[in-house]
Amino acid sequence: MSTPTKTEPAHITTWERPETNRPAVGESVPRKEDRRLLKGEGMFTDDLWMNRMGHVHFVRSPHAHALIRDVDVSRAAALEGVYATLTGEEVKQLTDRYPQIAPEPGGRIKDYCLAVDKVRYAGEPVAAVLAETRELARDAAGLVEVDYEPLTPVVDTLAAARDDAPVLHTEVGSNVGWHGSYDFGDIEWALENADHVVRIPHLHFHRFSSTPLECNAALVNWESGTETIQILSNNQMPQFAALFIAPALGVRSDQLIFKSQDIGGAFGLKLTSYTNITAIALLSRKANRPAKWTEYRSEHLVGSCHGNERTFVDTEVPVMADGTILGFKTSAYDDVGAFMRYEPLGGVIFSQVLPGCYRFQHLQVDYRTVLSNKTPVGPNRGYSRLQHLWLVERIVDVVASQLGLDPVEVRKRNYIRADQFPYETPNGCLYDSGDYHGALDRALELVDYEGWRRRQREAEGSGVRIGIGIGSTLDSGTSNFGQARIINKDLPYSGNGEAAICKLDLGGEVSVALGTVPQGQGHETTTAQVVGDVLGLPPDDVWVQPGADSARNAYVAFSGTYASQFAVTGIGAALGAARLLRDDLLAVAAVVLEAHGEELLLHGGTVSVEGDEDRALTFAEIANLVYANNAALPPELADQVTLNHRYVYRPPFGVPDWRTKTGHLTLTYASQFHVCVLAIEEATGKTEVLDYAIVDECGTPINPQIVEGQVHGAAAHGIAAVLQETLEYDERGQLLNGTFWDYHVISCPDTPMFKTDNLPMPSPFTPTGSKGMGEGGGGPLHAVCSALQDALGPDVVVADSHNPTERVWRMLARGEGGGRAEVTSREAGER
Amino acid sequence: MAAEPQGTEPETLRQIEVTVNGQRERALVPVRQLLVHFLRDTLGLRGTHIGCDSGNCGACTVICDGKAIKSCMQLAVQADGREVRTVESLSGPGEPPNELQATFTRHHALQCGYCTPGFLMSATALIESGAELDRESIRRGLKGNICRCTGYVNIVHAVEEAAGVESPEGAAGEGEGR
Repeated sequence: MSTPTKTEPAHITTWERPETNRPAVGESVPRKEDRRLLKGEGMFTDDLWMNRMGHVHFVRSPHAHALIRDVDVSRAAALEGVYATLTGEEVKQLTDRYPQIAPEPGGRIKDYCLAVDKVRYAGEPVAAVLAETRELARDAAGLVEVDYEPLTPVVDTLAAARDDAPVLHTEVGSNVGWHGSYDFGDIEWALENADHVVRIPHLHFHRFSSTPLECNAALVNWESGTETIQILSNNQMPQFAALFIAPALGVRSDQLIFKSQDIGGAFGLKLTSYTNITAIALLSRKANRPAKWTEYRSEHLVGSCHGNERTFVDTEVPVMADGTILGFKTSAYDDVGAFMRYEPLGGVIFSQVLPGCYRFQHLQVDYRTVLSNKTPVGPNRGYSRLQHLWLVERIVDVVASQLGLDPVEVRKRNYIRADQFPYETPNGCLYDSGDYHGALDRALELVDYEGWRRRQREAEGSGVRIGIGIGSTLDSGTSNFGQARIINKDLPYSGNGEAAICKLDLGGEVSVALGTVPQGQGHETTTAQVVGDVLGLPPDDVWVQPGADSARNAYVAFSGTYASQFAVTGIGAALGAARLLRDDLLAVAAVVLEAHGEELLLHGGTVSVEGDEDRALTFAEIANLVYANNAALPPELADQVTLNHRYVYRPPFGVPDWRTKTGHLTLTYASQFHVCVLAIEEATGKTEVLDYAIVDECGTPINPQIVEGQVHGAAAHGIAAVLQETLEYDERGQLLNGTFWDYHVISCPDTPMFKTDNLPMPSPFTPTGSKGMGEGGGGPLHAVCSALQDALGPDVVVADSHNPTERVWRMLARGEGGGRAEVTSREAGER
Repeated sequence: MAAEPQGTEPETLRQIEVTVNGQRERALVPVRQLLVHFLRDTLGLRGTHIGCDSGNCGACTVICDGKAIKSCMQLAVQADGREVRTVESLSGPGEPPNELQATFTRHHALQCGYCTPGFLMSATALIESGAELDRESIRRGLKGNICRCTGYVNIVHAVEEAAGVESPEGAAGEGEGR
């Protein structure tokens, strides 16, 4: 992205080829994906069609918690054009329960693709129908009769965690699916020896969802002839899905043939669609025909997954007189809804960023994964870190507010300093690079911080208050899957990786097959930039095939697009494969041109001898020699080169220690610094963002425009969550806003025109110096709450991550709806 | 025109004639079929997308008799006798992008691309309306379309350039005050 101090990236008008002799990495080259997407020629799952296919519709529970006495599908099955029905009872007989990530007791949960014997959230699928048309399937689903015996629903997180709460899964014994304690440094010592202790009894991070605009969808064909199950879907991590689907169906993992092309956003919420895919596969087998399902938006909101809701109880913060914060302790109750599924991974993933951007040394988090009669959660953008980073930023702001300190100064006093990188946190994570002080200064400069402070004073008494808030946040990327052992020591996972295949095709064309499953992140373009630079080609001459395709063989168990890692793992794989192809090209050219490898140049699809460019071989000539004329090559060379290379990138990780809960949990730490200027109308509580700046740092940007687009998108999600978007349940466990009419997705006029800048600090740990980015760390949640706190003063603590007009008004006018804090200070000279 | 209903049975099919992207289409459609399903399933124009079932997201936006409409909020039979334009009308397969499509690429105004056809059609109708446009009227004019990837900033820049509106941050919206 552009700054006054950097050279503007060259502007390329449309999809024209950029010049061939300039490195493409670091340039905002136009995206290769755009051509088809702008013409409506993208291929999304609902665009796919198969001969004889039927349409699936799920029957969903109206109750949040009930026993299933009977399911009668006879009226539905009798309709002409209905091909098959499926009930929980059949599922119990035909499949095994899904494996669980959780250890005991949460690991005992019996989770199937349809509700068996009991429903645990309103919207849970209890039966499914396959019929000739989508309308008929829906009509038939309406004829399925389910006899329920309602049970008391458990909706409130803290109430659910109590011993006397009704239990969702009797086999677990309580609603606490996982419990773990993290304890680093000596928090009790710090609390005893601090000049001040700030106590915050209650903080609540609300439930919301990034709602990708394309809902879940799958077209599944269980072919009895080949004994394969073809799964065309928009699942964003197919090999993870396979870990659940294959054992549930009792099939080999290689019988599952995954394929995807374009995906209309995912944000982590398309990871757990394996439950739907399993049911669709069963219907396909039963009817012996392809089965297609496209989720309706109202189904997506109530029935797919939501982001994690988290309550922090009894937070205590030791602070020294000079504003040094020693750390904190808290008890976290993470509400995951009705099933564990991806959980309790949230119970360790937050610890990737345990001290946030700060040098805190004494940290204690008691963490519970709590089950409730709400929609299950999925790893929504910023997963588990944004909840925790919001806590950390609230702590810093509440400390500043309660002790009358400057929120900028408190941050700067406690930030990790630029000269301390790589920085090891108390739990053994290694922050790779950063300049938090410099980035905050730049963000403050972008909004004219001093000018706004002046206008804030001028506005006093005008009926409009101005608040200026800061959000410091991290986007930890490239997870070490060994951290799964911290929540379940028996899980045989560690490290990470990604695969790519780079080959020269018969006519000398270069193509790359990725294992990643992008949903708008521009992998085709950035891969082509990196690979093109290695092979001396413009990005347009590199054909990149993204998306799942089991047949291409470009995958490992970690493949997919999630957790801010493509710029490291996906690019690392593509780069490695391209270098192997380059080595082949040079090997052939060296022999044929009778030259040394170091004399050879790769440029524009030709290998030539430097200074003697007439001695040259085109890629097409090399392809011809290797593929169609190999007797003309020396045998030792013909045996050596394949022009077709699969490479697996493996980040340099060890296995974390589950006993001490320490280790190198993520490879890269991108950072973002947000400054929000917020106006609040005192009479109504209406808020308006007056100015907003974001400075991000993600190592070396491959395509600055794509990086900036991700920054904008993540920021919009954060603004949406803090001011507009929330998933609210009533006491019966009914979702109150299950459509886009009442789930207020942020629109264009609601979104600030963000000002951005990027300060590259290359990562010493990654192949290109780039860091994963894109999730954004929930920056606006921190910054807007900080701005509200700034405007409200010390009498009210902004204690909820969701602050719509009504709550702001109550905090402002009545001092209600917010939280409180207590400060205990040591008498002077007491120590 | 319509098949005579038999007895008390409700009419289930009706003949319609609609001009889509300049082409006259005659079809017998189920009376409960949505216009978006007629475009996607019957005519195979898969560029028009569906992102919600309540008329909020605008992924299904098409231009009908010059106005941007949400094709999931209309029945196919309501398009009888009308003229509909979809994203496929903006530039043909293999043809260069039109000006608006080119500005979308230039400003990186799309990521996953699912909402994009709807935005292109809304913006086309906005620009063709002849209304005096500036940044605020463009932002308000795009309120009927949801994008979950871009945060809208670059979409505003793209439409500004296509509409010939000078960006407050300077020529072509570059710099964005950064």
